Amino acid sequence: MAKREPPPRTARPASLTAQEPSRNEAAELLRELVAHLRQNRTQLREEWVSRISETRLLTAMTKEEIFAEATSVYDSYVEALETETFEALQAYARNLSERIIPRGVETHEVVGIVLLLRDVLARSLFAKYQTDFEKLNRILDAYEPAANRIANTVAVGFVQERERVIRQQQEAIRELSTPVLQVRERLLILPIIGVIDPQRARQLTEQLLRGIRTNRAKVVVIDITGVAAMDVTVANHLVQTVEASRLLGATVIVTGLSPEIAQTLVTIGVDLGKMNTVGDLQGGIEQAERLLGYKVVPSADEKL
Amino acid sequence: MEVPILKQGEFLIATIQAALSDADLEQLRMALVQRVVKFRSRAVIVDVTAMDVMDSFASRTLREIAQMIRLRGAETVIVGIQPEVAFAMVQLGLRLEGVGTALDLEEGLAYLNQKFKNSS
Repeated sequence: MAKREPPPRTARPASLTAQEPSRNEAAELLRELVAHLRQNRTQLREEWVSRISETRLLTAMTKEEIFAEATSVYDSYVEALETETFEALQAYARNLSERIIPRGVETHEVVGIVLLLRDVLARSLFAKYQTDFEKLNRILDAYEPAANRIANTVAVGFVQERERVIRQQQEAIRELSTPVLQVRERLLILPIIGVIDPQRARQLTEQLLRGIRTNRAKVVVIDITGVAAMDVTVANHLVQTVEASRLLGATVIVTGLSPEIAQTLVTIGVDLGKMNTVGDLQGGIEQAERLLGYKVVPSADEKL
Repeated sequence: MEVPILKQGEFLIATIQAALSDADLEQLRMALVQRVVKFRSRAVIVDVTAMDVMDSFASRTLREIAQMIRLRGAETVIVGIQPEVAFAMVQLGLRLEGVGTALDLEEGLAYLNQKFKNSS
């Protein structure tokens, strides 16, 4: 399609500003606009899709996928313009985002394609009303606020969905990184590695308590060799974990305290008489086995 | 609401069935101590599996029950504290000091049997 020069948009003549469209007129213009967009749907949508590939957006998706999504976006766009409500569009944007985020589509691409659609539609309006400058201006008055709101809604929907996915992944990582392991009947080990923030500490406690109940554990060894430092809040969480475990009938042995963490515990005045600690994990497991009445003896069988 | 108290050999088992009012808790305390005296029980198990909330009054009453029962030479074990309840309790600083705890009734009985087998 030949590109036409849009008519120059200079400051509006005084006569126009004196006649801002009434509400009915604005509604009428909107209807005309929506009709035009529906009539030229195929052509405008194609133009949009070709501009998307021209500008090299959505490279993570195939041509067929882009076309399919473009159709839905176009229709939702026009519907939002028509109904002047944006909830359906918001829901659609989040739904779309849920599908394309795992495909690696970035925020700038989503914003980019929505703006491209806005441009493509605007240009078609310029083309249609180029002989009636006054009408063009009034149509644009109806179109622009709605088009901007749409761009905004889609972009924000996308970003919110991304944030939700990130939070979900963080949650999954947190759970993965604090496994509660059963190494003997009634003996659980909780090896903690890395940084513990209050949220992770809380999650750890919940997981451990559930694990105690599920496995009917009587002894738990919490190994913090892999934890470099602990602030006072987290140290308190550790103490609470020990106490809560006791309420479920389990004894906790803490192993692998670094000198720094030992210092923190002393500083916050933890009654170390109440906290069972052993130097390292091996020692902790050995003591746990003694508490449970296990005795490990060398076997007469063949060994490595 | 009265809490049912069952005699199981040398032990008493009190099963709390729902949220107890402060008055119910007081009544439980008196009933338990009376029965420990009457049956010369060696231990009391209080099963709180059905309690989904433990406030400071309940916690203090359980501690007092344990103290009074110890004065009669008997042991107290609280069983069945739910993970969520345990978590909430420690956050509020309710520790049930001086009271034995076990995961559930089975564990509680096993613990007591082990303990008295060793000492008798």
